[in-house]
Amino acid sequence: MELVLTEDQEFIQKTAADFVLEKSPVARFRELRDAADATGFSRDLWKEMADLGWAGIPYAEDIGGAGMGFAELVVVLEELGRTLAPEPFLSTVLLAGQALVQSPNEALAKEWLPQICSGDAVLTLAYQEARSRYDLDAIETTATADGSGFKLSGEKIQVLDGHVADALIVSARNGDGITLFLVPSSADGLTVTRQTRLDSRNAALVTLDGVSVGPDAIVGDGALLSATVDRATVGLCAEMLGGMQQAFDLSVEYLKTRSQFDVPIGTFQALKHRAADVFIEIELCKSAVMAAARAIDEGQDDLARLVSVMKAKCSDTYVLAANEGVQFFGGVGMTDEYDIGLYMKRARAAELTFGDAAHHRDRWASLAGY
Amino acid sequence: MSDLAAITDLDEFQRTARAWLDENCPKSLRGGGSSIYGITGGKKWNPSNPDERVWMERGAAKGLTAPMWPAEYGGGGMSPKQNKVLLQQMRELRIPAPLVGFGLTMIGPTLLQYGTDAQKAEHLPPIIRGEIRWCQGYSEPGAGSDLAGLQCRAVEDGDEYVINGSKIWTSNADEADWIFCLVRTDPDAKKQEGITFILFDMDQPGVTVRPIPLISGASPFCETFFDDARAKQSNVIYKVNAGWTVAKALLGHERTMIADAFGVGGGSRMSLADRARKYLPASEDGRVSDAALRDEIAQSEIDAKAFGLTVQRSKDAAKAGHQPGPESSMFKVYGTELNMSRHELMIRIMGPQALGWEGDGFEQDELDLTRAWLRTRGNSIEGGTSEVQRNVIAKRVLGLPD
Ligand SMILES: Cc1cc2nc3c(=O)[nH]c(=O)nc-3n(C[C@H](O)[C@H](O)[C@H](O)COP(=O)(O)OP(=O)(O)OC[C@H]3O[C@@H](n4cnc5c(N)ncnc54)[C@H](O)[C@@H]3O)c2cc1C
Repeated sequence: MELVLTEDQEFIQKTAADFVLEKSPVARFRELRDAADATGFSRDLWKEMADLGWAGIPYAEDIGGAGMGFAELVVVLEELGRTLAPEPFLSTVLLAGQALVQSPNEALAKEWLPQICSGDAVLTLAYQEARSRYDLDAIETTATADGSGFKLSGEKIQVLDGHVADALIVSARNGDGITLFLVPSSADGLTVTRQTRLDSRNAALVTLDGVSVGPDAIVGDGALLSATVDRATVGLCAEMLGGMQQAFDLSVEYLKTRSQFDVPIGTFQALKHRAADVFIEIELCKSAVMAAARAIDEGQDDLARLVSVMKAKCSDTYVLAANEGVQFFGGVGMTDEYDIGLYMKRARAAELTFGDAAHHRDRWASLAGY
Repeated sequence: MSDLAAITDLDEFQRTARAWLDENCPKSLRGGGSSIYGITGGKKWNPSNPDERVWMERGAAKGLTAPMWPAEYGGGGMSPKQNKVLLQQMRELRIPAPLVGFGLTMIGPTLLQYGTDAQKAEHLPPIIRGEIRWCQGYSEPGAGSDLAGLQCRAVEDGDEYVINGSKIWTSNADEADWIFCLVRTDPDAKKQEGITFILFDMDQPGVTVRPIPLISGASPFCETFFDDARAKQSNVIYKVNAGWTVAKALLGHERTMIADAFGVGGGSRMSLADRARKYLPASEDGRVSDAALRDEIAQSEIDAKAFGLTVQRSKDAAKAGHQPGPESSMFKVYGTELNMSRHELMIRIMGPQALGWEGDGFEQDELDLTRAWLRTRGNSIEGGTSEVQRNVIAKRVLGLPD
């Protein structure tokens, strides 16, 4: 693999950066938050992004995708992460989309993937439970055989964009293993309650009380779930990479402009060296994200390890960049008015999604056999 | 062009290079049989394993001591892609580099950048063949981090310079044949502007070398004294009084070398996890029994992996035509600190067995590692300290004010 952007990828990056600057500044995210918007993101903007081909980047052209790969997708997500864009990329394109595109259930993939690519449907994956922490298998939601189909019961937490999803892919314990089922949001016995998180990202509590599904609702098994979450983690880390870079850029700018003791605070070596350390850590994250994205595209068998390297580094570094950022800003860093605090909140939320650094270090160790 | 460089198809290149390596590298050197400092060459070199000389000479003849240098000087003339494949084969076959040293990593690349044709023709071929070993005369007792404050004087005398003064921390000066040296040629100019970069032979009456014992028990570096030492004017690199430019370029090469050497996995052939299994009580599930140590091992390996990918990204960017910038300081800081923390971790894994200095009750591997750990403490000092590198990043990369 070559860890360098091709000309086409550079072009996509430029397009995404321009788009974000014009249509999705942080101010827009704040407006949605402050208005307690019922959707929590802009459907119009989501449609525009889909029209640019972004929602379909990693999907084949015959189902409405752009026929590109994760190497391109991460470039776009990085730019969106810079301004905290809350559109349903992670839930719809990455979690649900990647479960469907790898699913043996071709009928479901055919039905939903074109709508994902066109930006017409919002989907999500309901995998997390109150006591599952980061273990995808440690769930209590059950699938009980019922005629030719199943009845699903349990509770899922912080289901991303669950409050507006047209359908949810739900993980449930089915005998010894885990099975993923696609459940339309209109299903009887399904209750969706919006949750409010510190990072103002959209999430919902989902309760399943004997929800009936047919055998044709099966998306896949536990292996598919874990492969899907690995791929989504690559997308999340690209977003995190954009966020940490923006938090750091804001910090460096402030170090150059804020004066104390009659000099810019950026002249103080105590701050310079800390900034240099953040810079280095971010550079490492960049490489890790590029490598993991290319490992998906090239079908490498060390993907899981690269994902753990990437998520461990990105979790620690986004938190570091945001925490150091607030310290660099001093008092104003604690105000809601300054953006740096928004990155601190997002850093935490992203850190604790799909496993924190300690979780991924442990996974790396067990993959390496120790 | 060496016959290998002529093979443009990478798969064929890979097969041919591998077959040649396998056939020509003596078996006694596979898997780390050569001395820990590597094959250094030079007139004073006397390897305990004669196969080292065999391998150096075969490698040199094939262009493998300097794979990417121009073939006209005896280099391999290979492309970065070919070189990457070559190094991969060597790693897989556990074959050591046929030659290491400051000639290849520091003065050679600098000559390729700043040397005249005559200088390149004079100095590069003996470097490539391992005939001349080089040392670096930068630091002085009063000029360390503030290198431009150096005092060692050079005065013109006919077509020569006469040099007086001293250098310190000159690595391997006692075994080197030639020195690349920073000297003050204009004491009245601003401190960066009166410095000249010059090369000269160490084997002359005006040069005295005194080894300095280190905390590791070894004496790899020296005090070096010049008392009317002589250098030819034709061995000034670039221009008189413009040596600072050359000095900085060389430091860039030095940092890249240090990062390459230390970043990924160096120090011991045993993995951290295997070392932990050796020294810790066995566990039932086969995992390292101490969860806190396990976390630290994983952290170290993950950092090394991410760092290795970053070195690769920088090389891939260079291949794609992007100019390397001051971010080489990043490789110096991170690569060395990673190497140091890995050694600290190995020491803590070994526990009391890490406390041996010599003699009974300690394995050779343990004694070696303890000394290697002590040596690594210099990594964040040599080649410009970590603090100085962070200053460079803050100023040149982030644009923070002085
Ligand atoms: C193993 C080893 C091999 C070496 N090999 C060679 C060699 O072959 N040739 C050669 O010429 N030299 C060599 N050196 C010397 C090396 O380059 C110097 O030791 C180094 O540049 C630091 O200089 P100093 O020792 O005088 O420390 P000082 O410059 O006195 O530094 C002391 C402390 O002050 C800090 N400091 C200094 N200035 C600043 C600043 N502006 N901001 C913040 N902190 C600062 C340093 O980071 C350090 O922590 C070697 C050193 C070692 C350890």
